[in-house]
This record gives sequence, C-alpha cells and structure tokens, in this order.
Amino acid sequence: MNISKSIKTDLIEKIMFFVIKFLSYLVILFLLFILVFIFQKGISAISWDFLFKMPKNEMTEGGILPAILGTIYLIIGSALISIPIGVSTAIYLTEYAKSQRVVKIIRLGINNLAGVPSVVFGLFGLSLFVFFLDFGTSILAGSLTLGILNLPIIIRATEESLQIVPHSFREASLALGATKLQTIMKITVPNALPGILTGVMLSLGRAAGETAPIMFTAAVFYTPDLPTSIYSEIMALPYHIYVMATSGVHIQETRGIQYGSAIVLIFLVLLFNSIGLYLRYKFKKRLS
Amino acid sequence: MSNKNLLTRNLLYDKIAEKAFYIIGFSCIFILFLITFFLFKEGLPIFGEIGVIDFIFGKDWYPTSEPPHFGIAPLIIASVFVTLLAIIIAIPISLAIAIYMSELATPLVREIVKPTIELIASIPSVIIGFFGMVVVAPLLQEYFDLDTGLNLFNGALMLAFMVIPTIASIAEDSISSVPLSLKEASYALGSNKWQTIFFIILPASLSGIWTAIILGISRVIGETMVVLMVCGGAAIIPTSIFTPIRPLTSNIAAEMAEAAVGDSHYYALFMIAVILFFLTFGFNILAHYLTNKYKFKTN
Repeated sequence: MNISKSIKTDLIEKIMFFVIKFLSYLVILFLLFILVFIFQKGISAISWDFLFKMPKNEMTEGGILPAILGTIYLIIGSALISIPIGVSTAIYLTEYAKSQRVVKIIRLGINNLAGVPSVVFGLFGLSLFVFFLDFGTSILAGSLTLGILNLPIIIRATEESLQIVPHSFREASLALGATKLQTIMKITVPNALPGILTGVMLSLGRAAGETAPIMFTAAVFYTPDLPTSIYSEIMALPYHIYVMATSGVHIQETRGIQYGSAIVLIFLVLLFNSIGLYLRYKFKKRLS
Repeated sequence: MSNKNLLTRNLLYDKIAEKAFYIIGFSCIFILFLITFFLFKEGLPIFGEIGVIDFIFGKDWYPTSEPPHFGIAPLIIASVFVTLLAIIIAIPISLAIAIYMSELATPLVREIVKPTIELIASIPSVIIGFFGMVVVAPLLQEYFDLDTGLNLFNGALMLAFMVIPTIASIAEDSISSVPLSLKEASYALGSNKWQTIFFIILPASLSGIWTAIILGISRVIGETMVVLMVCGGAAIIPTSIFTPIRPLTSNIAAEMAEAAVGDSHYYALFMIAVILFFLTFGFNILAHYLTNKYKFKTN
C-alpha cells in the first residue's frame, strides 16, 4: 500500500518536472524561432546599399540609411539626458540622502516612473516638448522623452553597483583627507563603473527599440533629407518597421525591406544588451 | 598659502556638489508631477463636453462622426480581456521557468537559461508585433478558419510571451529566497522534491509571486505596439477570443496623429492616457505594498 503510494508520488514528480522543463525550453525555442525566422526571411535584403543608401520610389526600393541614422541620433540624445541625471540621482540616494523616508519616497517615484506605459510617455512628450516648449517633432523632443523613459533603468543599475562598493574604500579615501565629492568621483564611481555601464547599455538598447514614445515626438513616415539639426524630424528604425508593415499600398511588396529593417533593429538591440550582460557577468565575477 | 586656497576651493566644490545632487535626486518625483500635470492639462477639457460617466461607460467610440461619440467602454473591456488572457497564459509558463531556474537547473544550465529569458525582455515590442502579424496571424486564420488572424487571442499570445521574463524573474527571486530550513524540514518528513516545491516553497513565496503577477499585469496593460499591430483594431465589445479588438493603448497610438490639437478628440485621447497612467500607478503601489509585507514576513 505504502509502496504503491510512493510509486505514485514519484510518478507525479517525474511528470511535473517534465512539464516544467518542457515549458521552460518551449519559451526559449519560441524566442529562437522568432529570431531565426526573421533572419532567414530578411538576410537576402541586407546589403551595403540597403544599409548606406537613401530609400527610392516611395520607399519600395533602396536603403534605410535615414532610419538607421535617426535611431542612432535618438540613442545618443537620450543617453545625454538619462546618464547624467540617472547617475546623479543614484549618487544622491546612496551617498548623500540621510533620511530613510526621503529615500523610500524617491524610490517609489522611480518605480512608478518605470511602470508608466510607453505610449503615455509619448503623449507627455508631445504635450510638453513638442507643443508647450515648441521643439516641434524633432530629435530633441524624442531624445528628451526617451531619456526620461530610461531614467529608472540607469538609476537602479547605478544604485545597485554603488552599494556593492565596500565602505572601507570610502573611509580610506576620507581618512586621507579627500572631500566627499573627491571620494565619489575618484573612488566610489570608478569602482562601480562596470555595473553602471551595464545599466547604460540596457537603456541604450531600450532607446533603440521603443516605438510608441517617438511616434508623436520625433519620428515621421518619410523625410527626403538627412537631419541637419536637433530640431529636425527624423525617420527611426522601429517606427519604419511599424509603418511599412501596417500602412501604405505596398505592404506585401516591401516585406523584404521590413524583414531587413527588423534584422538591423534586432542586431542593434542585441548588441547593446550582450555588451551589458557581459559587463555584468565580469563585474559579478570580479567581486566574488 | 596655495595649499590653503586649494583646500577652501575643494570644500566649496564639495558644498556645491551636495546641493546639486540634492536637487537632481528629486528629479524623478518632479518628472512624475510634470507628467500628471501635462496629461491632466490636455485631458480634462473633454469633461466640458461629455460627462465622466458617459465617457467611461459609453458603448460607442466614433470620434470623427458627426456628432462624435466618446464612449471608451469597448476600449476598456478590450484592454481588460486581452490582459487577463495574456496573464492566464503567462503565469504557468513563468512559474515553470522560475521553478526550473531556482530549484532544478544545474548552475551551468542556469547560467545559460537566465540570460536567454532576459533576452526576451529586450526584444523590441515592434518586432514581436511584426512577428504576430506575419507569422501567427495567418496560422490562426487558417487553423481556426477565421476572417482575420489579427484578434484578441493573437494579441494575448504575443503579450504573454513578452511578459514572461518579468513574471519569471521576480517570481524566481522570491522562490530562491525561501529559507533552506523550510526545505530541509520538508525533506526530513519524507517528502520528495516536487512535494517540497508544491506544498512548501510555492506557498512560502506566494506574496512574491503575487507581486510578480501584478507587475506583469501593469506591464501588459500599458504595452502598445504589440496590441496596435496584432489585435485588429475594431472598437467593439469582444464576443469571442477571436474578435478583433482595440485596447486603450493602441487606440491612442492609432488616432493621435489624426486628432487636431485642441479638438475634443485630442482631449479624449489624453484622458485615456490619464486613465492608463493611474491604472499602472495603482498596480505599482499595490506591488510595492505586497513586497514590503513579504519582507516583513521573512524577517
């Protein structure tokens, strides 16, 4: 009786572990399937001309250079906003803030900012940057919107890595007569740098891939010219994929261009993310 | 003398820096206030034309007809349905991954599986939406013999895939923080590994799992590009899981470009953003509350 019961529980265990493993690998397989499928369909579209030429014939032929450049401008612009503000906020939280209540409130604010839907950021950017500050649909407005969107990622990563830097490092520096600012700039931040860079890389990847925040603030369907200033409107990769796939009269004919653009976008995003993950891996190893 | 100058200069820098960090430290709170202010500024005028009740419970969304109808009930229902279905699909899979990573996988497998799952979170939503359009939609259409494969079910599938890393990683944190003594007690009483996981570890990490689910819901309800590309876009109240729908987020993204500034349509779209903002705000506060409760429990 007892033996048959134990056989039964063992069987249940086997079945459940199989289900758990099956579901885990199913998700990974699905991810691989998406990547391989898009790669297979789009690789024939990728060429020198595709990456470095302007579009032709109502974007049914030619390259996607303006979309690639636009995305790169947005990545740089958003980083210029989010890195200084994000890192400074994290320094304030870990090094300066004395009241735990203030830290709690700010952290709650950061969490809520991280949870705001991206399309809401887009409307906020439209109302504040495009209309109220009169930047128009521009690189500037899009970068500001994406920069704010990315703040929480950078703050969290910086905070985590600053907290890992041992207290003895700071105390040694202060004991040598360095001021608090000198300690932060020359000891604490340099030691936390790989962790901070991880956050920066992840945020750059996000800035490259976000669509909704730039739909109304920076990106347009088509521009005949490359951008000339931060007030220029631009094309951007994710928005380009979206419009090519959903609107216009050439949806079926331009599938090749759509897959090709998707490959370029995935490549950009994965590049930033793998650098980020690699840095984190190194950082963790060094500390342990 | 010059040393003394240097010292006073450094101390001055130190003072200035402290003040600057203090001001920047509050930037996130300031930005949250800015967002609230500007959303309300552009959204509130809609209530000059239509009552709150008619706006939220109105069954017709015809923003460009004459006279226009601004009832967002079909959009709210669409958002709720697609979110619920996505979460129902995502929960068992995410928990399986969380259990696999924290209890079953060898350290080496874990080192590979964990970053791979995290990779999913980094795939841009426009790519997932694109895949749903070109691959999943034709499959659904053929297999279930539908008018269109762009519908609620397709959207829920894609959203579930997107949200799995969020739920799995938070749930995993909470599962791995279950004290070893609890597991040892369970093994000592003769339970096998699965019984320990199911009857001891999962219940002990339940509030962490709830936090994961709530943050997942918050993420899904705010996701825009996937539902915009994959859900079909019909502003009707869904009758089956294969009805084309138009959730709140996709409605904003689809119509903002055609709404004239200062028009009631424009105000209505901003009001929808206000609702989304406070919905996700509420879910985040709830998740925060649950996490704190959980911390208290393990201490």
